[in-house]
Amino acid sequence: MMILFSVAAAVAIVSTVMSITRLDAVHALLYLIVSLLSVAVIFYLLGAPFVALLEVIIYAGAIMVLFIFTVMMLNLGKVTWEQESRWLKPKMWIGPAILAAILIMEMAYVLSGLNAEGTATVVSPKSFARSLFGPYLLAVELASILLMSGLVGAFHLGSDWKERK
Amino acid sequence: MNVAAIPMPYGLMLATVLFALGLVGVLVRRNVVFVLMSIEVMLNAAGLAFVTAGSRWSQADGQVMFLMILATAGAEVSVGLALVLQLYRHFRTLDVDSASNMRG
Repeated sequence: MMILFSVAAAVAIVSTVMSITRLDAVHALLYLIVSLLSVAVIFYLLGAPFVALLEVIIYAGAIMVLFIFTVMMLNLGKVTWEQESRWLKPKMWIGPAILAAILIMEMAYVLSGLNAEGTATVVSPKSFARSLFGPYLLAVELASILLMSGLVGAFHLGSDWKERK
Repeated sequence: MNVAAIPMPYGLMLATVLFALGLVGVLVRRNVVFVLMSIEVMLNAAGLAFVTAGSRWSQADGQVMFLMILATAGAEVSVGLALVLQLYRHFRTLDVDSASNMRG
């Protein structure tokens, strides 16, 4: 258990360092996604499977896709295709691929059930939901208001008023 | 009660390291997309600290707080990236220092 945690933590730290030192935003995003996936593995090891799922779906999925769309939107043009061919060189994706392969091997090991030795106490999604919609109901409402205002703000800032007039 | 197999200090240490890396990213990088990514790293480290603490006492509260952080990150990223687009439209650059005076 400790070894699995150490490997995932090392992958998280290495990929985060790589992501904040890259010059190209897309390479940095690849490393950042690997970092988020390794944190998801750590959540699983800590006995929070539902949160690990949310980390993969929302953080590594939705939020990172938003980042990638924006980065791709900002450099449209004639140079895009040759930039794209530069991005797809093996030198660029081999680092994140190796780190992700380490995580996949770790996940396969965990799911194969070979590590019978002391797993963490799992907080089930059921007790999570009971806590979320019981004592924390007000916080859920506040989060929904926050997301609503984020939506309105993004719509207002994102639309091009000059062109619309 | 089964004590968590991963001691709490290790999880908190990892969260501290990730938070420090995100802070360094915010302070060092001048590209606004990298600044937003570093803020994501910091939010994620805070969530890791919450989940670690929740796992130590096997309570669901830490995970609830992680969900709140997730909602905050979603709202922050959507508004932040819209601001990035506006910055690029106005200044044709992604340098945060180009927007340092209030009159644009």
